Amino acid sequence: MAIKKIMCACGVGLGSSFLVEMNVNKVLKKLNVHDIEVSHSAATDVYKGAADLYVIGKDMNDMISAYGPTLVLDNIVSLPELEKKLTEYLTEKGVI
Amino acid sequence: MEAILNVLQQILSTPAVLVGLIALIGLLAQKKPIEVVIKGTIKTILGFLVIGAGANVLVGALNYFGAMFNFGFGVNGVVPNNEAIVSLALNDYAQATAYIMAFGMLANIILARFSRLKYIFLTGHHTLYMAALIAVVLTVGGLTGWQLILAGSALLGLTMAIFPAMAQKTMVKITGDDSIAFGHFGTLGYVFSAWLGSLFGKGSASTEDIKFPKSLSFLRDTSVAISLTMFIFFLIVSVKAITTTGYAEAAALDANLAMGQHWFIFSLIQALTFAGGVYVVLAGVRLVLAEIVPAFKGISEKIVPDAKPALDCPVVFPYAENAVLLGFLVSFLGGIVGLGVLSLMGGTLALILPGVIPHFFCGATAGVFGNATGGRRGAIIGAFGHGLLITFLPAFLMPVMGSLGFAQTTFSDADFTVVGIIFGNIANFVQGTGLMAIVLASFAAPIIYALVVPKKVKA
Repeated sequence: MAIKKIMCACGVGLGSSFLVEMNVNKVLKKLNVHDIEVSHSAATDVYKGAADLYVIGKDMNDMISAYGPTLVLDNIVSLPELEKKLTEYLTEKGVI
Repeated sequence: MEAILNVLQQILSTPAVLVGLIALIGLLAQKKPIEVVIKGTIKTILGFLVIGAGANVLVGALNYFGAMFNFGFGVNGVVPNNEAIVSLALNDYAQATAYIMAFGMLANIILARFSRLKYIFLTGHHTLYMAALIAVVLTVGGLTGWQLILAGSALLGLTMAIFPAMAQKTMVKITGDDSIAFGHFGTLGYVFSAWLGSLFGKGSASTEDIKFPKSLSFLRDTSVAISLTMFIFFLIVSVKAITTTGYAEAAALDANLAMGQHWFIFSLIQALTFAGGVYVVLAGVRLVLAEIVPAFKGISEKIVPDAKPALDCPVVFPYAENAVLLGFLVSFLGGIVGLGVLSLMGGTLALILPGVIPHFFCGATAGVFGNATGGRRGAIIGAFGHGLLITFLPAFLMPVMGSLGFAQTTFSDADFTVVGIIFGNIANFVQGTGLMAIVLASFAAPIIYALVVPKKVKA
């Protein structure tokens, strides 16, 4: 399945998910991927099909993983961890 | 000529247009492509208008709640919720809030550059909420015009740098390194919890060694959590109101007491209306911040590359997942006990109900901080103390909030309430220019300290 939309989610969808979004954009730019739309929002806005991949902190996985593929970060602000996991995921899905 | 001046004056005094202008200048300064500039400016203005729309939705439910609570219990009942009080504050203080937020971020950069408080506060929604609180408190303190904006920005910049500094010692303990800081305006509650943890938690094992049920994690969905608690609150007040003598006569006179439908349905609809209003406000805040936060981050990284980014509270959640849940439950319990104490005081202070959002996010964080210094005993005692703290502090904040002090909602997190209480009470003694001087002196103090006191050389 092609990946068109990545949603970063957290409790109220204002603080940490926004930081993760900025980091995801940074990684995608570095990987030269330009056709993926990245957004951030609250857990309330997560439903099946809202995005092709959800990037979340470890503590949110129990509630989000039912709605689609998740990329789980142990440390939500770690750029190296995100870069490693996102690159692996996109390679596995054949995007890059 | 006069017509042009009139338009200019309206741009600078219409809050939505003003924040749009700030976003526009920021985007142009970053040399963004024209389509990004247009999109960003429009979304910022749109977000500001959406916040106002959300306020209109939730204020109706709050008016019902307040009238019925007053009638049933004979005292003011308050549900602390940052989004609700900020959306109400923006009705009257939007212009000052917008200026204070813009120049306050600048003041944060100045402090990070010239003092030893090397922190850049990146939790944008809390910057906005603190700007609104400061605008209200300083206006009530007699400041207007440029004095209000100057003093307000200095105070906001100070809070953005000094609170992360207070949390840093425990942050190092939690995350294991000194590269990121903590930026969430509940700091005093967390530091309090960490202090209680270090007092009482000696030798207690970490919370992460216990097995915990995960079923409560659905409360991380804020809309569901607000709906459920508000439903319970509405059920209690509506049943209490209709069983109080004279209800029918009073309801005939006051439209806010007349439910017009069965109390159960009424409670359900009003609770979810309130939650819906908060949801709309959150969507608006998200739109407003979409351009401002990345710009602030980019600019501050250029000017003060050695500053630590202070980040939102869920940053610490993955370090102690059990403490998150435990902290929430115990803090909420503290809120209920605190409410009991307030009601025993016989209506001298407003009754602060335990809002689920502050207890969840701040209580959870207090649990993590308490666990870091005192294991599970530290997490429990710390979070309980935090729950009491954020019940009493809002009650003392209400009197310094001017007409907003009579609203059915108020600020919830510890730092908002403490900043409001301190400067609101100073304003009871020193008004106007004197108040501005005190604020500016507090802002300058850390810079002067850095200039005068030689830096300790690390051995």
